[in-house]
Amino acid sequence: MKYMWPIFRREFGAYFATPLAYVFIVIFLFTMGAFTFYIGRFYDNGIADLSSFFTYHPWLYLFLVPAISMRLWAEERRSGTMELLLTLPVPLWATVVGKFLAAWAFTGIALALTFPIWITVNYLGSPDNGVILASYIGSFLMAGGYLAIGACISASTNNQVIAFVVSVVVCFLFTISGAPLVLDFFRAWAPLVLINAVSSFSFLTHFAAISTGVIDLRDIVFFFSLIALFLAGNVVLVDLKRVG
Amino acid sequence: MIEIEGLTKRFGPVTAVAGINLKVGKGEVLGFLGPNGAGKSTTMKMVTGFLAPTSGRARICSHDIENDTLAAQSVIGYLPEGAPAYGDMTPRQFLQFIARVRGFSGNDAKTRVQDAVEKTELDPVLDQPIDTLSKGFKRRVGLAQAILHDPAVLIMDEPTDGLDPNQKHAVRSLIRAMAPQKAIIVSTHLLEEVEAICTRAVIIDRGRVVADGTPAQLLARSRHHNAVTLTIPVAQAGAAKAKLKALGAVASVEQSLQSGDTAQLTAFPKSGALLIEEISKLAVSEKWDVKELYAEAGRLDEVFRAITTDDTTRARESRA
Repeated sequence: MKYMWPIFRREFGAYFATPLAYVFIVIFLFTMGAFTFYIGRFYDNGIADLSSFFTYHPWLYLFLVPAISMRLWAEERRSGTMELLLTLPVPLWATVVGKFLAAWAFTGIALALTFPIWITVNYLGSPDNGVILASYIGSFLMAGGYLAIGACISASTNNQVIAFVVSVVVCFLFTISGAPLVLDFFRAWAPLVLINAVSSFSFLTHFAAISTGVIDLRDIVFFFSLIALFLAGNVVLVDLKRVG
Repeated sequence: MIEIEGLTKRFGPVTAVAGINLKVGKGEVLGFLGPNGAGKSTTMKMVTGFLAPTSGRARICSHDIENDTLAAQSVIGYLPEGAPAYGDMTPRQFLQFIARVRGFSGNDAKTRVQDAVEKTELDPVLDQPIDTLSKGFKRRVGLAQAILHDPAVLIMDEPTDGLDPNQKHAVRSLIRAMAPQKAIIVSTHLLEEVEAICTRAVIIDRGRVVADGTPAQLLARSRHHNAVTLTIPVAQAGAAKAKLKALGAVASVEQSLQSGDTAQLTAFPKSGALLIEEISKLAVSEKWDVKELYAEAGRLDEVFRAITTDDTTRARESRA
């Protein structure tokens, strides 16, 4: 913790030192609103819930989260600060986790700033706030999953554009791994166990499960173990570059 | 305080550092010289733990950099090549971050930052984003970061690169002032810097140490070591040349420069011989109109060129 905190603070502060944070938050809120009201037809549904809001989270994260994660390591490598960072007396895992948590906290803030829609729906009717809270938790966990994938990919390149594009593709595969597009690829040759395993990686399935208001331990464990896995990959990738 | 044993780094087929052995003790300022790509930076990156060596080891204050990384890194101050820093931070924020990472907090952190700022004279730019600073200030931010925790070992990759003469002088004074308490490694291209601040100079070429000694010892390897140059009228030059050649201790005489009606003669000594006294006596007895007469300590660039290879040859060989 004593190692992680300064890293977290610097990284978190860096978002707000540049216009990045503000641009991101504005676009995040704007697209969230646009999807909810125009595509999700929030009003026309005539139901006092936020399902038309949460449904689009995976798809928005797909593009917005890699935009956050792409700079995490690629930028350090490009600007040479990587050398500074890795020669400071901090264990590598603390640096990796500290940076990840800063990015996660930042997306958490963006997500929390969507609170007016919660106020709106409570003003218009009496929604099940337990379901809404569960959906927020699910959305936050899902954002963490996307971020961990993006951070890991960012560590493997010093080019932010590559980090972005590859992250979007990998995140996309994880999002829809329960869908025929991905499963058909495996169906031809893979055993059923593997197919089931692949389909169980689907963010959509796990997020949908949490969004019903039932916080199943399995869904929580899924997201946390996915985050842990990719952060471990992040540590390994950074360490591999040391060996050269 | 710094012990390097058989340190080697290979990148694929290219050997960047090929078994370097070095020991640097307290009070030593080691000038690390070598052509570009000789392996200076790579060596420093391994010693500070940024790169893992292919083989060999480095110990800092008896902590192995690979096995006891944090303990070793906490006693090192390191200025990487180009003095990288987070450009969107101000020097104050950046140094506070470094202080926190290095485990200082509260007033302790404040004094540390204050101290480093004073030593590197960063005061006037303390609250400007680092991205907007001049090269000189950026370099000093990097330097401040490296000395903030008063490390026992200081490793600096080209600390004066890109600085103007005044800034160079300031940085060198700072290094000299810290030298007695620390073991310092400074890499540089500037040979004058070695003479100005280093107690020892190590030249590396193609990843190997090719010379190791005090700057004076290296200078002694120069052809110009103890050579005597005198400037006399052209009319006397021919006769003088013959007289100089006749001296027992003189190996050769060169007429190096002629401008207007004066000529410059340089007498090179046979190894170990001192010429200046003999030649000045000769000048008096022969009644030459000497305009200038001086002995040289030697030329480091000459030594450097003689024992290192140029980059094309090196690139070709390292891939062969």
